[in-house]
Amino acid sequence: MLVCGGTGCHASAGELLFENLKKEVQENDLKDEVQVVATGCFGFCEKGPIVKIIPDNTFYVQVKPEDAKELVSEHAIKGRKVKRLLYTDPVKKEQIQDSKHMGFYKKQLRIALRNCGMIDPENIDEYLAADGYEAMGRVLLEMKPEDAIQEVLDAGLRGRGGGGFPTGLKWQIASKNHADQKYVVCNADEGDPGAFMDRSILEGDPHTVLEAMVINGFCINATKGLIYIRAEYPLAIKRLKIAIDQAREYGLLGKDILGSGFDFDVEIRYGAGAFVCGEETALIHSMEGERCEPTFKPPFPAQSGYLGKPTNVNNVETYANIPVIFNKGAKWFASIGTEKSKGTKVFALAGKINNVGLIEVPMGITLREVIFEIGGGIQGGKKFKAVQTGGPSGGCLTDEHLDTPIDFDNLLAVGSMMGSGGMIVMDEDDCMVAVSQFYLEFTVEESCGKCSPCRIGNKRLYELLGKITKGQGTEDDLDNLRNLSDVIKDSSLCGLGQTSPNPVLSTLDNFYEEYLAHVNEQKCFAGQCKELIRYEIIPENCVGCTVCARNCPVNCISGERKQVHTIDQSLCIKCNACMEKCKFNAVTII
Amino acid sequence: MTSVKLKLKDSDVQQLKEVAKSFNNQPGELINVLHKAQEIFGYLPAEVQEVVANELNVSVAKVYGVVTFYSFFTMLPKGRYPISICTGTACYVRGADKVLDEFKRLLKVPVGETTEDGKFSITCLRCVGACGLAPVVMVGDKTYGRVTTDGVKEILKEYEDEV
Repeated sequence: MLVCGGTGCHASAGELLFENLKKEVQENDLKDEVQVVATGCFGFCEKGPIVKIIPDNTFYVQVKPEDAKELVSEHAIKGRKVKRLLYTDPVKKEQIQDSKHMGFYKKQLRIALRNCGMIDPENIDEYLAADGYEAMGRVLLEMKPEDAIQEVLDAGLRGRGGGGFPTGLKWQIASKNHADQKYVVCNADEGDPGAFMDRSILEGDPHTVLEAMVINGFCINATKGLIYIRAEYPLAIKRLKIAIDQAREYGLLGKDILGSGFDFDVEIRYGAGAFVCGEETALIHSMEGERCEPTFKPPFPAQSGYLGKPTNVNNVETYANIPVIFNKGAKWFASIGTEKSKGTKVFALAGKINNVGLIEVPMGITLREVIFEIGGGIQGGKKFKAVQTGGPSGGCLTDEHLDTPIDFDNLLAVGSMMGSGGMIVMDEDDCMVAVSQFYLEFTVEESCGKCSPCRIGNKRLYELLGKITKGQGTEDDLDNLRNLSDVIKDSSLCGLGQTSPNPVLSTLDNFYEEYLAHVNEQKCFAGQCKELIRYEIIPENCVGCTVCARNCPVNCISGERKQVHTIDQSLCIKCNACMEKCKFNAVTII
Repeated sequence: MTSVKLKLKDSDVQQLKEVAKSFNNQPGELINVLHKAQEIFGYLPAEVQEVVANELNVSVAKVYGVVTFYSFFTMLPKGRYPISICTGTACYVRGADKVLDEFKRLLKVPVGETTEDGKFSITCLRCVGACGLAPVVMVGDKTYGRVTTDGVKEILKEYEDEV
């Protein structure tokens, strides 16, 4: 019995469910037949907490702690599936008996997430049983560093943190710089709001990252590894610490690993919440105890990084691919994906979509397949409007881009980017001007302030957008938005400023008429911009049930029982409570 | 700002000094020491920053620079029940901004501040990674998922009787 122990399911009483299941198994004396394991994330967060039963792949969703008794007495003892907890396909309306047939999993290919949801992340033996540390053993004992680097080069792996720089090349450069001490750094400071793949990997399969870091260290002759992780990820930190202790105990970290004569050890460093730390030079400054401000490249970290020594920085997801490349071969890895983007990518699918969750798909899959097949389409039968990829640095794509095969270069070509793999789906109720303002608010907050285009420029962009969402903008402002965006992109010091105008530019390109409606007609068709909308009651639909009036926090709705109600516009704070509560669709936004 | 100096508990200061020592009083360990200091004191007022600066032999200005740079560090004490509203993108498109407005309206404090009785404080955070439950609100360690504007009242009610 595999119980999801990821943060999402934890938040919906997953831990209590796990305890209850263990208790039931104990009480029914089934300890020898049934094993209850808390695993990493299954990815299907929409319907958590999840319990999967192997070998028959029964997939129970939204399981409550009190369901534990029935699961054990029915499924484990009598061998009957608990039908009411099975996942029901929303389109075909039929219960899925085997998770392999779920639309959500059918198109996925899990490489980086291969062990998430399969093994107990707090038990190194389970990782070893899943071919863990085999790749490391082979590299350390049988390969020369340059051959191992060649293998990574041949695989065509590109950095999964956002930039997409070829990993093998990075290693090669770092290996050629000689120094008395070199460092390997794992970037686990996942700052992109809405992306949580790195955390899921660390929570579900921490050893894979350690194994890859040792291989990385061996390749570039570094003996020290540092993991830079967000302090906001307590569960990931806990599991990582357990993994490091276990690996040391088994002799897989420390001195003379597996008798190869190679020493390598890992330390954890904590981030303190700063998006710009995703930039390698900024991250290194943060590890040195400074404000994390980026510096000019060159010198690259591979030449002068942590404490001035050659340093190789890779992201968690990138590392999670490394052991598989050595176990299955570069050729196999390179056979997946597109010409220039090999392998798979993990996406955090979120927003107005039916199946929110973490997915891993081969490069080259289309947005349509991801959103409508894996994601199960838009929530509540609404119309798809846009998908935002790449987080605050990415762009919003529309239905004309749905058939674009996803890879690093294609996304760049259409004005967005891969980024770390956030994928937020929006429907007809989302205002694109407000969405870009939302992203700019984030950038303004997270700009480190070192260079003026980013510090001042983004603030001005944010103000311009604010003016437009209030209905005070002009067409000139739209030109200014574009010009200023171009200047910021061209002149900012680091990746943050160079990409921060992307949400603005892509929405200007793809939703220009929506901007025009805001400035020319003072209208927000999505009904999001508070200053441009008002709530009205449709007299034909109102039955006078008084629910809206009773729920209005500012008492601005009046009307007798069984009479049509009215909203006093001068008092309304546009909180949406009346619309949420009305059962008769009698409240509308104009 | 008041000019009255905060009196720190001697035992807490001693504990902080020992933390600094455990990191060999290295200036490079500033962020790690600040993490521990925030654990001890709950927040990082100027007085705590002075102790840290002394112990690591760096200027108070530098410590202040680092504290104010990172969103995890705070110079204001949090409420007994710190409320954090996730304003990550997934929560935003599912209405987190409206939920936040409702908290601000009911508690009558802006983001980053604490109610007068010291009971609640409001902060925003970026993505707790529970996007399937969006919009997400955390009160202390407890997570509330799929929060609606009128669910806000219910959440606050849970803490009404507690002193």
